[in-house]
Amino acid sequence: MSNELLKVENLEVQFKSGSTVTKAVNGVSFTLNRKENIGIVGESGSGKSVTATSLLRLIPTPPGNISGGKILFEGKDLLTLSDKEMRDIRGNDISMIFQDPLTSLNPVFSVGDQIMESIKLHQKVSKKEAKQKAIQMLQLVGIPAPEKRLNMYPHEFSGGMRQRVMIAIALSCNPKLLIADEPTTALDVTVQAQILELMKKLQDEFNTSIIMITHDLGVVWEICHKVLVMYAGNVIEYGTVEEIHDQPMHPYTWGLLDSQITESVEDHEMLTTIPGSPPDLRQEIKGCPFAPRCSYARDICFSKAPEMVEVKEKHFVACHFQTKETRLNRKERSTHVRAVVKS
Amino acid sequence: MSEPLLKVRDLRKYFPIDSPIPFKKSNQSVKAVDGVSFDVMPGETLGVVGESGCGKSTMARLVNQLISPSSGTVEFRGENLIGMDAKKLRETRKSIQMVFQDPYASLDPRKTVGELIAEPLVIHRIGDKASQKKRVLELLEIVGLSHYHAKRYPYEFSGGQRQRINIARALVLNPDIIICDEPVSALDVSVQAQVINLLKELQREYNLTYIFISHDLNVVRYMCDRIAVMYLGKIVEMGTYKEIYENPKHPYTKALLSAIPKESPHDNKERIILKDAIPNPIHPPTGCHFHERCPFMMDICSTKIPQLLDTGNGHIASCHLLKEH
Amino acid sequence: MAESQAILQTTDVVETNERSLFRKLIRNRFAAFGLFIMLLLILTAIFAPVIATHSPDKMNVTKTLLGIGAEGHLLGTDNYGRDIFSRLVYGARISILVGLGAVLFGAVIGSLLGVIAGYFGGKFDSIIMRIMDGLSAFPFILLAITLMSVLGQGLMNVIIAIGIGNIPGFARVVRGQVLSVKQSEYIEVTRSLGAKHSRIIFHHILPNSIAPLIVYATMSIAGAIISEASLSFLGLGVQPPTASWGSMLQDGKNFLVLNPHMATIPGLAILITVVGINLFGDGLRDALDPKMKV
Repeated sequence: MSNELLKVENLEVQFKSGSTVTKAVNGVSFTLNRKENIGIVGESGSGKSVTATSLLRLIPTPPGNISGGKILFEGKDLLTLSDKEMRDIRGNDISMIFQDPLTSLNPVFSVGDQIMESIKLHQKVSKKEAKQKAIQMLQLVGIPAPEKRLNMYPHEFSGGMRQRVMIAIALSCNPKLLIADEPTTALDVTVQAQILELMKKLQDEFNTSIIMITHDLGVVWEICHKVLVMYAGNVIEYGTVEEIHDQPMHPYTWGLLDSQITESVEDHEMLTTIPGSPPDLRQEIKGCPFAPRCSYARDICFSKAPEMVEVKEKHFVACHFQTKETRLNRKERSTHVRAVVKS
Repeated sequence: MSEPLLKVRDLRKYFPIDSPIPFKKSNQSVKAVDGVSFDVMPGETLGVVGESGCGKSTMARLVNQLISPSSGTVEFRGENLIGMDAKKLRETRKSIQMVFQDPYASLDPRKTVGELIAEPLVIHRIGDKASQKKRVLELLEIVGLSHYHAKRYPYEFSGGQRQRINIARALVLNPDIIICDEPVSALDVSVQAQVINLLKELQREYNLTYIFISHDLNVVRYMCDRIAVMYLGKIVEMGTYKEIYENPKHPYTKALLSAIPKESPHDNKERIILKDAIPNPIHPPTGCHFHERCPFMMDICSTKIPQLLDTGNGHIASCHLLKEH
Repeated sequence: MAESQAILQTTDVVETNERSLFRKLIRNRFAAFGLFIMLLLILTAIFAPVIATHSPDKMNVTKTLLGIGAEGHLLGTDNYGRDIFSRLVYGARISILVGLGAVLFGAVIGSLLGVIAGYFGGKFDSIIMRIMDGLSAFPFILLAITLMSVLGQGLMNVIIAIGIGNIPGFARVVRGQVLSVKQSEYIEVTRSLGAKHSRIIFHHILPNSIAPLIVYATMSIAGAIISEASLSFLGLGVQPPTASWGSMLQDGKNFLVLNPHMATIPGLAILITVVGINLFGDGLRDALDPKMKV
């Protein structure tokens, strides 16, 4: 058995509306090994959620359309499977949890019914066995008195509890891959800490790999081994969390890291920001998508799109300029950026 | 020492709950805000943190009289807003403005940005058309937008730009105090930093006072001079931001701080993982509301409500553990 | 400065609301057809004296019940020898007048009541909406008949009677819309700025409730035209000899076997008008939906 679980090559997703085509995902590639977690970070509109949903071929078609690339899951290209084969994979080998646990649970069925449904869909078990398994799952995700809770409805649970139920459903068939789309964004910090703790614990138990979609770098540091930074539908930097945190090389990653408010930001210093806002994906982007907001941009950045280059082992960056300046720490970086802006 | 700009004493808001039996008055209520007192000094930023349902947003709306409290007083420059006659209240409220959380929902989609920013002037009949227009253009400049944006509609703007419009509208009447209810939580990080910088600049420039409500502890630490931590309608701890972050006294504050996600992948921080979520506010736990989730629970906690104690350095907290010191 | 520079670059140019609304409407073939029918009807009503080939009320006992196209009568004549085409053209005036008048009457009063009920809620809401329930408990036509017999006959009274029947519908649509708009954060913002109720209602709530109101009004015009025809058919509408589609239908029913086109022509006119207006209303509803892009 190869150690490689998922290999995404040059994934492209477009949305069509009338005569305008939005290139939501534009050539995303990455690999994910077994028991490894990858974070996909980016701001709204960066294509991170579309990437995740297209892995399961769940984007609404039309208007959406996976227009190119390969999604190799254990060597099979998911894009070539029939709809039926794909259904067998969803929920069984790959499952997904979403940002809003209230809308992703069906309000008219009890929580137990919903867990059992997912179990019975993929495993040949009797009703009794399914129920046993459901109780076991609820216990595992830390819901007290699971026999009683089984018959309760989603609205009777708090937000954190609902997300636990979603995780129970997602893990009920021992998937090899769990895609989590902003699973803690709607939750309070203390509950977020609970859920992340739970995900780490369950990962050890089930040997599941996790793709974590988030805008919060803190969550990435918490749970991921690798991280993919997306901007305007493109991957602009990709590497291990340590690499990305300690030596980010793309100016956008710098901006993203530096605009986070952390304890190291001094009291009354101004925050570093990325000026402007992301480009309109309905229009053809020439050159580097980040160029209009980049303080280092030169002529070439506006005319030629940068290639993804492996600058160090397992650290890829798509930027025309890889100089020694990129090895600066946060403090030095911000003085440097200011100097560049001035000149 | 100067006088506080805003003095809130024992503010309470109980929302009655509809009885399940028709025509029968229910005697149950949600104690959304349950005896909150604090001062806000001119020019300072008071942060209010807590999880959803702790009453922080209700408190903000009580302070500017969007909803009227069940009891308590709100004094602005020494005058009690509660029970003030309507005309005078309208006048006083010009000095207390608010910026709301959702940049998409807080702008009327059928009005141009110019009309939106000028609206407070129109409502309070200040100046003529020309001077109002001049003021709008001035404010667009101040918040980092351009004069031609005045003719555009809100849907043409990004979240960060809309929040700038909201801020411009809040500034148009030259207020003394702005209540910011989660002004940056709906924004992306890089945009969040832009808006926070703007708020800070404006404060310095116009000597503004802020009440800054947020659930993001990092943002609050960065923005605020003093911080109040709320739990189930009560302030459980209040002090300077340094005191709260470096020397938290209440177990809830400690848990909140420890729940902040890691700063880097090398971080190995010890977590206090709390059990469950905030309890149902209709039937809050007896004694200290936090005792069921508290890792340091003692017998007394489930029977007696702890009082806020002064622990020095202007730092107050309500916990039975503190009595022993 | 660099920041605001970048902001300038990224704001895209968007066309104005009205232009795109019209474009959306025209792109929908059915709506365009509906619009065409409505324009045709309005033009016919305005230029009736020019279009009509004969005087609509002029009788000619020597030329009764002529067939289509006979002796210069485009659509033949009725039992009094009046030109059917000319009566149809003048009848359009009545239909338009009653359709627009009754809907306007119903919309103004209904919206006002709906806004009061939705915005202030509580007792206002209960009282107003119970009265509306009472009004709509009567079948529409029965209500109109009752009102006509109380008010007496005449064009103005037809408009009022049908208008009253329209009030509950408008009140409900507007109330529902107001209830949802009232929840919006921008209403709370406006309150926090110190605005009075009147300003909130007229500057914020009404403009944001207008889209479903317009659609509902368009659809109601068709209903009002039918109601007028029904009332005239029952002899409670406009008085003879004034031509109205309903009264033409009424006159025609006695000659259904002998001279079927006397009844079918006004019937067809009503049908085409109502279908046209409904198509237009459907298209308008889609075009006003902000989720639909050009």
